[in-house]
Amino acid sequence: MTRSSAATVAPGRRHRTRWIRPAPGVGRLGRGGALGLGLATLWLSLLVLIPLAAVVLKSFSHGAGNFWSAVTAPDALAALRLTVETSLLVSLVDVVMGTLVAWVLVRDEFVGKRILEVVIDLPFALPTIVAGLVLLALYGPQSPLHVNLAQSRAAVFLALLFVTLPFVVRTVEPVLIELDHDMEEAAASLGASRFVVFRRIVLPNLAPAIAAGTALSFARAISEYGATVLLSGNIPLKTQVASVQIAGQIESDNTAGAAAVATVLLVTALLVMIALTLLQRWARRRG
Amino acid sequence: MRLIVILYLSFLLVIPVSLIFWRTFSHGVAPVWHALQDPAMTSAFRVTGIVTGISVVIDTVFGVTISLLLVRYRFFGRRFLDAILDLPLAISPVVVGLALILVYGKYGWFGGFLERHGFQVIFALPGMVLATVFTSLPLVAREVMPVLEEIGVEQEQAARTLGAGPTQTFRRVTLPAIRWALAYGVVLSMARCLGEYGAVSVVSGRLVNKTQTLPLIVDQSFQNYDVTTAYTASFVLAAIAIASLVVISLLRPKERA
Amino acid sequence: MGIDVHHITKRFGDFVALDDVSLSIPTGQLTALLGPSGGGKSTLLRIIAGLEEPDSGTVTIEGVDATALPPQRRNVGFVFQHYAAFKHLSVYRNVAFGLEIRKRPKDEIRTRVMELLELVHLEQFADRYPAQLSGGQRQRMALARALAVEPSVMLLDEPFGALDAQVRRELRDWLRRLHDEVHVTTVFVTHDQEEALEVSDEIVVINQGAVEQTGTPSALYDQPANEFVMRFLGPVTHLGGHLVRPHDIDISLTPEPATHAATVSRIQRVGFEVRVEARTADTTDADEVSIQLTRGLADRLDLAVGQQLWLRASHDASALDLTDTPALAVS
Repeated sequence: MTRSSAATVAPGRRHRTRWIRPAPGVGRLGRGGALGLGLATLWLSLLVLIPLAAVVLKSFSHGAGNFWSAVTAPDALAALRLTVETSLLVSLVDVVMGTLVAWVLVRDEFVGKRILEVVIDLPFALPTIVAGLVLLALYGPQSPLHVNLAQSRAAVFLALLFVTLPFVVRTVEPVLIELDHDMEEAAASLGASRFVVFRRIVLPNLAPAIAAGTALSFARAISEYGATVLLSGNIPLKTQVASVQIAGQIESDNTAGAAAVATVLLVTALLVMIALTLLQRWARRRG
Repeated sequence: MRLIVILYLSFLLVIPVSLIFWRTFSHGVAPVWHALQDPAMTSAFRVTGIVTGISVVIDTVFGVTISLLLVRYRFFGRRFLDAILDLPLAISPVVVGLALILVYGKYGWFGGFLERHGFQVIFALPGMVLATVFTSLPLVAREVMPVLEEIGVEQEQAARTLGAGPTQTFRRVTLPAIRWALAYGVVLSMARCLGEYGAVSVVSGRLVNKTQTLPLIVDQSFQNYDVTTAYTASFVLAAIAIASLVVISLLRPKERA
Repeated sequence: MGIDVHHITKRFGDFVALDDVSLSIPTGQLTALLGPSGGGKSTLLRIIAGLEEPDSGTVTIEGVDATALPPQRRNVGFVFQHYAAFKHLSVYRNVAFGLEIRKRPKDEIRTRVMELLELVHLEQFADRYPAQLSGGQRQRMALARALAVEPSVMLLDEPFGALDAQVRRELRDWLRRLHDEVHVTTVFVTHDQEEALEVSDEIVVINQGAVEQTGTPSALYDQPANEFVMRFLGPVTHLGGHLVRPHDIDISLTPEPATHAATVSRIQRVGFEVRVEARTADTTDADEVSIQLTRGLADRLDLAVGQQLWLRASHDASALDLTDTPALAVS
């Protein structure tokens, strides 16, 4: 899930005239490669770019005024607020718990660690609708714990916590494994206690990875649909998240209204992704 | 700290998922068996299988192609392509569905034209495939790209100097080098395709016995208080998900070797 | 005083890294722990620093029993082979780290850090990040960082091991001069005998978890305690059942008492020296004898392949009698 493609910088820009240039030392791309690039771009356009453009255009099809009133309609506004607020809260928990889980998985040894290692990815592999049903089984009306969160905002929080669990863990883990252990020993020999070593040496080095994982968590949380459907009860103004609100608008044939809220989500996701890219570029320059 | 982590993971992940298995078989195997025989269920199995199969093939071909292009070549717009590749992971599946309807639906940009020529996309299999591919688009590429970068170009160059053409080089040198990452990506995207719910629910129209997939069955039967069917379908999906993870965890160490 | 190591034993699983090692390192000296990799020298250094716990035995630093102290309370400076630079901190902040931990006043930190950066010739790099420095510069930064807290001992673990030959030699000379200025008790680990001979006041040869010999560089070179030390400190060759250094062989063109007859089989000129391989008539010597000559001497002797020679160990040479090892035999 991490954007681990440490882009190799194109050396020099002298050969500008040729559009397609092999990476250093590779044979020329030739006609086959150009065809591949053309097809890949066409496919991406037909599948991703044109449809997304259609959403944005649709949302403004009846003018900016209509866009504004669709977005500020009580149910839309409530859904957006709930989505963003809960996502922020979930991201915050992910920062702490994700880092903690990664720490324990990398630095601790205990029976069953390998199972946890596999289980962590379950939210990636488990269908979201099943995730909702699964959580409902433990925290719903028939809860063996007698904790019934169904149809409450806590249920939305729980669903988002479930689906975003692996992001911070999986971005922090490799960095923690690669972390130069000598650095920690050097700090200790300079007089730093274990807590100080963690706060002043380990944490700053993990920070870019934690931030990246959190950005992915947040982007996923604001766009989640399936996991919240069964669990939250979808009560407008109360437990309805933005995605569910959009689905409702589509069903009642108000595509322009749906597109308006969708555009807000799209722009938010885009901003998060841009922030993430900038952050990674900055982190790479530093170290 | 270890205790906190174990408790957290237990209550958020392990216990809820185990509970599904428990609930599914709480009245024995017979009702589950019966639910599996239901025509709606068998149809859902077939539809899910077809959609997943086609989607995974497209994901794989696209994933390998785009990985080779992005890693091995420098061209105008490369960084843009690299950036938008991740976009699908950050977009709500419902928005994906909406976007596809707006373009390929009956009143969409291309949809009207396509339907007049007898090709229905939305509320039919092609739309479901599009939706599924959209949401799982970068998974293969993001697994393959780091490995391609790591192996570098020297082996490929060596093959070329030994007289291998581009196709032979790819088949005999590049493909074996990326095979575990590719297998990992394929399993991951298969798991994701099987379980796609949001986008498919918007574009499929949920026509029983026609465009109903397993995740849609879970939702619908649960809303209709047919808990056994819901649990049975969930059980199947969860079992596949767990099996995929086990396969992936077995593939991982080989990748490093 | 200095560092006293008493009966240290350390095992990693079945592997015995250190086997009942005792050692006394005097205050203010530059001591080298020399030996092959895997011999236990790094483990010993890490035990002194508190980064590793011994299974048994004690470590005393400047008269204080440090065995149970965690690394942060031993007041040692440790320098790692791969620098262990704090990547997220500037050069200045790296050096200031130990002082910040000790909550020294800002002005004092500033003065001390700038002083140290000047000492290691990095004053103009204060605001850079480690990623922007060369390996040699990073290691100098690491030295300054360790010196900043005024440690009672400095411990260097293969400090120049990751650098290329040229930089390595420069830093070696620089460390020697630095030590002459600073005079802090310093222990450094190396597997490079040249480095140890050149830089240190005293050398401790460690092999297979035990101390083979301790002494000044010339004492070790001239009076090796055993075959291992002799072989490890420099090139050796066999002559008449003895282990001799190739430059400690006298050549004569006529037979003389107590010499071994030999035939030249190969002559190789390498820069200022000439290496001669010769086969002795003595059948007990399986290998050929290697002789190292200055170019001037070789030219005067006018050697040629096939020529007959008479060889003997120089009268002041250190030679080991192989029939009676490990006893020391000076002929």
